[in-house]
Amino acid sequence: MRCAMSDYLVRRVQHLFWVLLAVSILVFLLIHLSGDPVRLLAPLDATPEDVERIRALYGLDQPLIVQYWRFLLNALQGDLGESFRYNQPALGMVLQKLPATIRLALFSLALTIVLGIPLGVWAGTRPNSAGDWVVSVLTFVGISIPSFWLGIMLILIFADRWRVLPSSGDATWRHMILPGITLSVYSIGLISRLVRSTLIETMQQDYVRTARAKGLPERLVLYRHALRNTMIPTVTVLGLQLGGLLGGSVVVESVFAWPGVGWLMLQGIQNRDLPLVRAVVLVIGLAFVIINFAVDLIYTRLDPRIRLDK
Amino acid sequence: MTATNPASSNRSASSLAARAVGPAAQSSPTDALRRSRRMVQRPAQFWVGLAIILFILVVAVFAEQLAPHDYTKQTLTMAMRPPAWMEGGDWSYPLGTDRLGRDLLSRLMVGARVSTAVGVFSVLLGGAIGIVLGMTAGYFGGWADRIITRLMDIQLSFPPVFLAIAIIAALGQSLTNLIVVLGLVSWVQYARVTRGQTLSLRGQEFVLAAQAIGVGTGRLLLRHLLPSVLPPLAVIATVNMSAMILNEAALSFLGLGVQPPTPAWGSMVAEGRAVMSVAWWNAVFPGAAIALFVIGGNLMGDGLTRRRR
Repeated sequence: MRCAMSDYLVRRVQHLFWVLLAVSILVFLLIHLSGDPVRLLAPLDATPEDVERIRALYGLDQPLIVQYWRFLLNALQGDLGESFRYNQPALGMVLQKLPATIRLALFSLALTIVLGIPLGVWAGTRPNSAGDWVVSVLTFVGISIPSFWLGIMLILIFADRWRVLPSSGDATWRHMILPGITLSVYSIGLISRLVRSTLIETMQQDYVRTARAKGLPERLVLYRHALRNTMIPTVTVLGLQLGGLLGGSVVVESVFAWPGVGWLMLQGIQNRDLPLVRAVVLVIGLAFVIINFAVDLIYTRLDPRIRLDK
Repeated sequence: MTATNPASSNRSASSLAARAVGPAAQSSPTDALRRSRRMVQRPAQFWVGLAIILFILVVAVFAEQLAPHDYTKQTLTMAMRPPAWMEGGDWSYPLGTDRLGRDLLSRLMVGARVSTAVGVFSVLLGGAIGIVLGMTAGYFGGWADRIITRLMDIQLSFPPVFLAIAIIAALGQSLTNLIVVLGLVSWVQYARVTRGQTLSLRGQEFVLAAQAIGVGTGRLLLRHLLPSVLPPLAVIATVNMSAMILNEAALSFLGLGVQPPTPAWGSMVAEGRAVMSVAWWNAVFPGAAIALFVIGGNLMGDGLTRRRR
């Protein structure tokens, strides 16, 4: 048992290594995908000599593999280069905006748990009823509408017409309500649909029938037996959704001018500030990878049957 | 689906192909009967979804003929007219006009083209990559399988929209780039299912028989295995199309999609947002169109998965 677990850990860490390698190569290449990176740096009227000087200054005259090696060494020391536009270390700028993004993602995750799970349980305990149907339709719409549009509609109604909630910025907790709802509607829909279908399946299991047969009240059957097993896939998807919420923040942050990393990335894109974009991608990528890793470990804790089977 | 001689395996494979390609392909009368029975058994949501998708496809193809106005024509005196049913509205501009006096309905119709093109072609590209890699991994096994499985794991470890945004930001904006990037970030699901299918079919008698009579590897994969691999991919493709349309809309909204003057629903929402407080219809209708399209795709996918109940 112990051995299987440590075997599993070794494989997961190996996997982590490959993913990080891939992310670093991608992030490195990003700056070269745009054609000649020097053109982004040099002023439009630069002489060919100037261009060559800039090329040499940034080490862009070296072979790609040498450039990558240097990038990797610097990145491992926390140096992701300077923003073209602000001449500040790109990593510092990203880390400064990261808390706002995490705050929004955690708030959305909390909304997903508090609303999505009860909704799914409620619908799953009365399958094919009118209430179940209403929840189904709502969650279906929830996973189908574009988040940026939902955000704009919320702004139109709550900020523009009724003027009850602020539409942009992050000054108070009330600023978090609209972006939080916008970001979490998709995962609320996803989670409640998952909980509903898993619960319906679980309620047909033998051990649920046994629990009922021994006269256990329905409430206890649900909470003590069925729900626990429903939570295994739910926790996994919730964990993955946290990564998704981080990724989805680019769109939502731009709608609500929420000053997080997504918003920073868009600034970087608009200014053709590729080192900044690169730093955001690397940080979010790392966060995503670490969250996935953690979810995997939690999953094995919850359900000992699961191992990385090959 | 067991066949003992290569001739019959060939026939059953082509009937599966016919099923995958649809009614247009050649098939025997019994096949047609079986197929029509299965079609009828599909739940209502499949048909509603299909109707929505077909409607949008027709609008996209005939946009220029159907549109009441030239979608680029600016009539500044008619700027920001409300929809026809509102006060100040005019039935010659059924859904109103934007801030340059362009007809919103016409722009919506032409905008359907970007969404459908990206939806269809990125799914085809992602599917093609996924099938090739999935079959290679499943059929040959060994180091090819190890590398491809590793690639799948790596791709799954990164949020696809985020990846698409980053790559487009570096590559630059165009319809081709949208399709290529969205295709590239979505191949994994197809590859996984294809790999699994290929693995389970590899040892079956019709494959062994084909190998025994010396059918070449390429032909074996294309004529014998591919037809059995395709049907389960249909569900993935339908749901994935919805996801691709959502992704395209998000990229267009962020200004990373097709550039003006070509209208795309996502960029129309962004433009409409600027004038939202005085002309809400500019932001509301394009977003509703996206939602309708995505709901159509999801309904179809839902219907396909529930087929057997």
